[in-house]
Amino acid sequence: MTTLQVCFSYFAGMIILLSVFVVTTKNPVHSILCMLVLFVHIAALYLFLNAEFLAAIQIIIYAGAILVLFLFVIMLLNLRREETERKFHKQWPVNIIIVGIFMIFIASILAKITVIPEPGRYSVSFIQSEGSLRTVGKVLYTEYLLPFEIASVILLIAIVGAVVLAKKKL
Amino acid sequence: MVPLSWYIVLSAVVFSIGVFGFITRRNLIIIFISVELMLNAVNISLVSFSHYLQSMRGQMLAFFVITVAAAEAAIGLAILISFYRHNPTIKSDEINLLKG
Repeated sequence: MTTLQVCFSYFAGMIILLSVFVVTTKNPVHSILCMLVLFVHIAALYLFLNAEFLAAIQIIIYAGAILVLFLFVIMLLNLRREETERKFHKQWPVNIIIVGIFMIFIASILAKITVIPEPGRYSVSFIQSEGSLRTVGKVLYTEYLLPFEIASVILLIAIVGAVVLAKKKL
Repeated sequence: MVPLSWYIVLSAVVFSIGVFGFITRRNLIIIFISVELMLNAVNISLVSFSHYLQSMRGQMLAFFVITVAAAEAAIGLAILISFYRHNPTIKSDEINLLKG
């Protein structure tokens, strides 16, 4: 195994372990803190994949905005009573069997996947010479201009919707 | 060089763990976090395909997935808070107003 594969194995193992912690810990605050460490590891995987800007976005948006939003909601709802109750549905053994079958099925299919190495325009050397941010910006503002505008409309709707839904009198 | 299939299998495993949390937990906040986990798993596979096919499409799609995830979290948590005012519980099996 090369050094890169050893590093990948560390990050993959940590990601799987932390995602198991996220869905099984009792306290939602602990779950969210596990999620924070998980996001940092996923950002490190993006650095392996030559996507530096996406790694920065992952840290800033997910760890900086979305998780803080979750923490605020936990702070607003007073959940002391709920911590003493059981955390899973009664049907959890059936669920774990179904999810296990699903996981084995999909992973055994996807493990055989191979990509015909097709020399595209955005090779590693091209991105490294141009810079990740410049490449992303050029593609985003030319080829993907319409989806970019639609994304801004989606964010506007989200802002308005969140304000309207959280008002005292609906 | 790490093979592409490793990334895809990692993405499948994390997605399955997210599905497990989504269908099994009773706490609505953890259900939302499981949705975020699934979206992140999809992002890993998109970015790895983008790297191995030497194209920017996967990365662009990952940006829009992150945007939609942020919007979804904001709206979902607002719905959760406005629900909690009427009916102070966040256990998914105690929310049974539509049950026949």
